[in-house]
This record gives sequence, structure tokens and C-alpha cells, in this order.
Amino acid sequence: MRVVVDNVEKTFIDSKKREVTALENINFSIEEQEFVVLVGPSGCGKSTLLNIVGGLLSPSKGEVYFEGKEQKNPKLGIVFQEIALLPWRNVYENVIYGLEESGASKQEQKVKGKHYIDMVGLTGFEKAFPKQLSGGMKQRAGIARALAVEPDLLLMDEPFSALDAQTRTIMQEELLTIWDRTRLSTLYVTHNIQEAVYLADRVIVLSRHPGHIKKIIKIELPKMGRDQEKYRSQFERYSQEIWSLIRHDAEEALKEA
Amino acid sequence: MAAVKQVIKNRVAFLDQKVPPYIPVLGITGLLLIWELICRLNIVPPLFLPAPTAIVADGWQMISSGELFRHLMASLTRILGGYAIGTVLGITVGLILGFSKWADAIFTPIVYSIYPIPKIALLPLIILWFGIGEMPKVAIIALGVFFPVLINTFSGVKNVDPILIKAAVTFGSNHLNVIRKVILPGALPTIFAGLKLAAGTALLLLVSAEMIAAQYGIGAMVLHYGNLMITTKLMAGVLLLSLLGLLFNRGLQWLERRLIPWK
Repeated sequence: MRVVVDNVEKTFIDSKKREVTALENINFSIEEQEFVVLVGPSGCGKSTLLNIVGGLLSPSKGEVYFEGKEQKNPKLGIVFQEIALLPWRNVYENVIYGLEESGASKQEQKVKGKHYIDMVGLTGFEKAFPKQLSGGMKQRAGIARALAVEPDLLLMDEPFSALDAQTRTIMQEELLTIWDRTRLSTLYVTHNIQEAVYLADRVIVLSRHPGHIKKIIKIELPKMGRDQEKYRSQFERYSQEIWSLIRHDAEEALKEA
Repeated sequence: MAAVKQVIKNRVAFLDQKVPPYIPVLGITGLLLIWELICRLNIVPPLFLPAPTAIVADGWQMISSGELFRHLMASLTRILGGYAIGTVLGITVGLILGFSKWADAIFTPIVYSIYPIPKIALLPLIILWFGIGEMPKVAIIALGVFFPVLINTFSGVKNVDPILIKAAVTFGSNHLNVIRKVILPGALPTIFAGLKLAAGTALLLLVSAEMIAAQYGIGAMVLHYGNLMITTKLMAGVLLLSLLGLLFNRGLQWLERRLIPWK
């Protein structure tokens, strides 16, 4: 199935009762098995956009829809920036939450739960409560929970932004390995340009005031192993290009806050 | 020139002082000893303040005659019944008010206008409604428990992180399951604060109601021996109440640890 974001616009009423346009004229699609990254300065509405695609916010105009041959309810899996594991459920119970709610049998919950816990490298931590885990381990559980429902679209909202730099690098590598195994259509939000170039098939660069698509860049590098020496110059070129698109906006954003 | 050594010491050591575990016991035995001494030396006449040993002696006699037990059972039935009813209703209504904006808008003003009434003031009215049996006493305790539990449940629900609700809905929860699996456990720590608060209220209302209209019950017993000026037996009742309150609190603490293992 392909996901289409069709002419989406979002306006808010701010605290001074003024109408503010957060997103305007957003058009793009996510093809099957495609990894799309939204990148932009703070305040460009990238999280708002992800929330609209994820069904957690309604657009003021336009719509988001799945397009495909089969007639079934599309499933979404979201990995939250805040991780949002239920504190009273242990790792296993959190991971199988979506399966439980979709009415999967205990047997199926067990098999899939184990499969995805193994995949994210949390084997042996099934009984641990989120509080007992480090940030990186928590987010692994968050990823496993999203994968376990075997979603038609995986949404990731700055999933690693709360992690320290070293953990983040490891998690990015692991995410790529996992993605290579599952090949889920993915929409990934980040403000980290290197992360975007490292992970994306296509990078959508958003701009501010109002949030709109500045450019869509196709990353023409092999999906795996982009951190290798031989791709360094190309990698740098992509990063430079995105940075030059964002820089002015980012500086403006800095002055506002 | 010899090197001068200046050791840097922990200047906030006072923040983590170690206290031996027997000190709290020492405090309470010390108080009892002083009390006993004051009575033995006849500084205070026994009518006003009987010695701890005299209270224990008379208390023991009340236990062996079965008198204390009869009063205790009457009180326990009332307080446990009222507490259970008030708690269940308080949590249920609190969850509904917290979850539904409509229910909130309609009922919260009503709740807040009844809440400040000292519940004991309603006892005459409740006796008019239910007669003078067990019902009005249970009802007044239930009423006194209902409000703090309701208000704490409500604020607990409001404090549940919305991202958790979003996550649950994303992974397929319907409204009922959001309440059951996210909002209720999320509000549980605050609900327990309400339960502890309500335990104190329940005890207060129990004793007041029993003093106003009851044959049996610790409140009635305390009042009875007060009228007869038998201070030792009065004090035995008071100590029993303190024990009851302590037990109630410990029970809730135990339950809290059992039900909230993730904290």
C-alpha cells in the first residue's frame, strides 16, 4: 500500500487568538517499502505533520489516505519521541499491547512478542519495567511495540533525540538492520541532518512560516553501509545541501525562542 | 618548604546522617515511661490521666470479658462497609468525570458545592431518611469517603500523560480499554493518596456518628465511660482507635506496594 498526503494544511489558534498556519500545501507520498525522512528546523511543523499522518491530529484541509489493492483497515505503528511505554507494564506486556488490543491469541502474542523482542535486542529484559531500563533500551521496547503490530506504515517521531550521541549512533545502525529485515514503509521525523541522510530513501526538507515542503531529495546511495569511507564525499554533499536549505530557517528559529 | 595538605571534606554530610534503627522505638518507650512516672508520682490525678499500666490492666479485663470485641466488631463493620461503598463510588465517578468533558461540566460544580459541607452535619438528615439503624452510620462514612476519593481520582485522571493515551489509541485501544489499561493505572498513585486521606475521615465520622447515636461501637463506648468518669476504660478505647488508624494506614501502604509495583 502507498500512503498519500494530499494537500494537507493545518492552522492553529494561538494564545493571542490569532490564526497561525503551521502547515501549508503539503503533498507527497510514501511508496511501499520506502523510508521517507522529514527534516526541518524546530517549529517547521514536522511533528504536527507526523501526528496528522498518524491519526492523532486532524488536518484543517486536505487528507491523508492509503492507496492499494486490498480493502482492509491499514495498521499504523508509532514510535514516540517520549517513548510512551506504559510504566505499569513490563517490556513484554508493552510490546504485545497492540496485539492484545487487536484480539490476537495468547499464542500469537507470545510468538510475535518474542520475535520482535529478540529483533531489537531486548532478550532477557522481558520482565523489566520501563523504569528499570536505560533510555536506549526503553526506545528499543518502543520500536518492538510498533513492529509487533506489523504495521502498513511505521511512523517514528524523533525517536532517538532524547538519547546520548553514542547510543544514538548505535540505535541508528540497529534501526537500519531492522528495517532491512522488515522493509516497512516508514515516515521518520528528525532534526538531525546526518541521521536523515544515513537512513532515508528520500528526504523531505520542510521550511518554516508557514511549514511547507522546500525540497524533496532522493538519496542515491545504497541503503546499507552509507557510513563507509567510499561514500563519504557523497554523504557530505547531501548533508551540505540539506543544511544550506535549512540554515537560514534554523537561525531565525533561534532568535524566536 | 613542606607541602601543605588541605583535605576537602564533604560539607553536606548533614544531609545523609545515619540514624540507628532502634531510635524510633526509644522515642515511644520514652514517652510511655515519662507518662507512667508522672502518674506514679501523683503529679496528675488518675481521673484526668491514668497510668499506661492501669489502662492496659483495665483494657485486658475488657478484652477477656468480650466487651471490647463486641464494640470493635460493631465499629469495624460500619467503617469497612462505609469505606468500601464510598471508595468504589468515588473511583467510578472520578474516572467518569475525568474522562468525559460533558460529565465534568455538568457534575463537577455540584460536587464542589457539596464537598465543603462537614459531613457530620448531614447526620440528622440522614437519620431522618434511613432511621436509626446501621444504615445512616454506614451512609455517613461512605459520604465522607466518597468526596476525597472522587476528587483525587479526578485529578489523577487529569494528570495521566496524554502521550500514553495517544500511544494506547494508536495501538488499537477503544475508550473502555483506555480507561481500564491506561487511565486507571495512571491515576492509581493519586487515588491512593485519596484513599489514605479518606481513611482518616472515615475514622472521624465513625466515632462522631457512634457518639451521637449508637449502642455499640468504640465511639459509643468512649462516650459512655467518659460520662461514668472511668478514665482507664475511656483511654483503652482511645488507644484502640489509634491502633485502628495505624492498622488502616499500614494496610493501605501494603496494598499500594502490591498494586503499584512499577513506582
